[in-house]
Amino acid sequence: MQRASVFDHLILWAGVIFLLFPVWMLFASSTHSVENIVRDGLQFLPGGNGFEAYKTALTSASGFTDTATGLRMMMNSLIMGLGFAIGKIVISMCAAYALVYFRLPFATFWFWLIFSTLLLPLEVRIVPSYEVVSQLGLLNSYTGLILPLIASATATFYFQQFYKTVPDELLEAAQLDNANAWRFFKDILVPLSRTMMAAMFIIMFVVGWNQYLWPLMMTTEESYYTIVMGIKNILSVVREGRVPQYNVAFAMVMLAMLPPVAVVVFFQRWFIQGLVESEK
Amino acid sequence: MLLKRVHFSGSPIPYIFIVPQLLIIAVFFFWPACQAVYLSFMLEDPWGLSSTFVWFENYQVLFSSAEYLSTTLFTLVYCALVVFFSLGLALLLAVKANSVIHGQSAYRLLLTWVYAVAPAVAGITAYFLFNRHIGVLFQWITQTGWAFAPETNAFDASVMLVLVSVWKQVPVNFVFFLAGLQGISKSLREAAQLDCASGFRRFWTITFPLLAPTAFFLMVINITYAFFDTFGLIDTLTQGRPGGATTTMVYKVFQDGFLGADLGLSSAQSVVLMVLVLLLTVFQFLFVERRVHY
Repeated sequence: MQRASVFDHLILWAGVIFLLFPVWMLFASSTHSVENIVRDGLQFLPGGNGFEAYKTALTSASGFTDTATGLRMMMNSLIMGLGFAIGKIVISMCAAYALVYFRLPFATFWFWLIFSTLLLPLEVRIVPSYEVVSQLGLLNSYTGLILPLIASATATFYFQQFYKTVPDELLEAAQLDNANAWRFFKDILVPLSRTMMAAMFIIMFVVGWNQYLWPLMMTTEESYYTIVMGIKNILSVVREGRVPQYNVAFAMVMLAMLPPVAVVVFFQRWFIQGLVESEK
Repeated sequence: MLLKRVHFSGSPIPYIFIVPQLLIIAVFFFWPACQAVYLSFMLEDPWGLSSTFVWFENYQVLFSSAEYLSTTLFTLVYCALVVFFSLGLALLLAVKANSVIHGQSAYRLLLTWVYAVAPAVAGITAYFLFNRHIGVLFQWITQTGWAFAPETNAFDASVMLVLVSVWKQVPVNFVFFLAGLQGISKSLREAAQLDCASGFRRFWTITFPLLAPTAFFLMVINITYAFFDTFGLIDTLTQGRPGGATTTMVYKVFQDGFLGADLGLSSAQSVVLMVLVLLLTVFQFLFVERRVHY
């Protein structure tokens, strides 16, 4: 028994190290000087440069991109993550409400129309989506960044399922009190959905922040660059054969993953719930 | 199945609630999706000035292209490997995490955070680790005598890509397997313990069949991941190199349509992918939704 348990912990530790190792190497190396990295390669232990590289990555505009600083790109990512999460939650809560609590004409048709969007990820219709957004004049705008990503029904499906579990007696009671549809939604349904909203928010924020292909196609103005797509510029420096400021590059990678990882770590319980519910 | 026993009546109110969603999917989903189908029947002249209706010519070109065949084959093999290894590894970790008494929540935290790393960020992290000049992994591999050269060798590049894709996907599978394991009732586990002393046999005859619905469902999720979500990873790590050997079907849609500006051919590929997703959904509906019960 004892030996089996030690063995279990060993396997789990191997898993933990497997996942942690690559990110730790970049973090440790980001606190070294460029000369160190070029001479000795990636470092296992933190070096003497402290968070110097992070300061450069956040503030210097000419590090890798010409006008967008790390801070600016992080702000854009934040807007995108928040806009995507909030927009998606609000829109899908409303749509699910209409689907569940009203006798809509053609309800089944609307239902299938909305849920057929689950079939096609954005990646598949990426080129025509780009054409549509450019025809609407939404290139290089936050609207153009966020709205096309919202056009899928994952969250609607999730809220629809949840509303169906809400007891009918609540609505009967509300109707006895003469509450109208808006009051019922605002005062009863939304407060009831708080945990679900939080769980969904965590997942959607991470998904929104981590978008890569769509901002890559959409943004040509550097002031709209998000940090996840902005790190692509690091690669072009390397591929042109120039030696990049490795430590600043690593700091940028760390900054790109820090906010979503922090959210998932701090809100672990909601994250697990949101993940299990949203993929189902 | 859809509606509640009690409802609100009143005609304009529900439309106010549902119209934003309908509007967004109409403009940003159905319009582009129809465009993709329409464009797949059109041939654009090289300057993009005019296009002609060419029936199935784009599809003919696509299906007779050796390049598309090899892309399809690579996608399927890559997908199978990613699904197999990420499910296997996650299952092992979940079973162990479920059986240890101490530190369960710490392990759960340490084994799930990678979910939040963007595929593109994972790709660039791996790019540095496998870098010829500074990468530790590159040094370790070459020390074993393997002349590792992902820039020129298709096999090496694929190994690297599969490894990173698995790294990124293990946490999601781990979360679901752990949830599945914790859903197995205590009385069932105790009964199994009485009947069957060998832990190994207990796993394969009791636990594994009970996890089958989770595993089936995760298979669909993982196939979707390997097809669509790995775009950022490929674009930062190999960009399809060497010579298109690590190009997946989704990556090719982007390459042909956006970089190559061949809208017709790219749209035909989009339509092929739509059909594949549709088949996958039917499969999911037939096998997963009914839940394999034992």
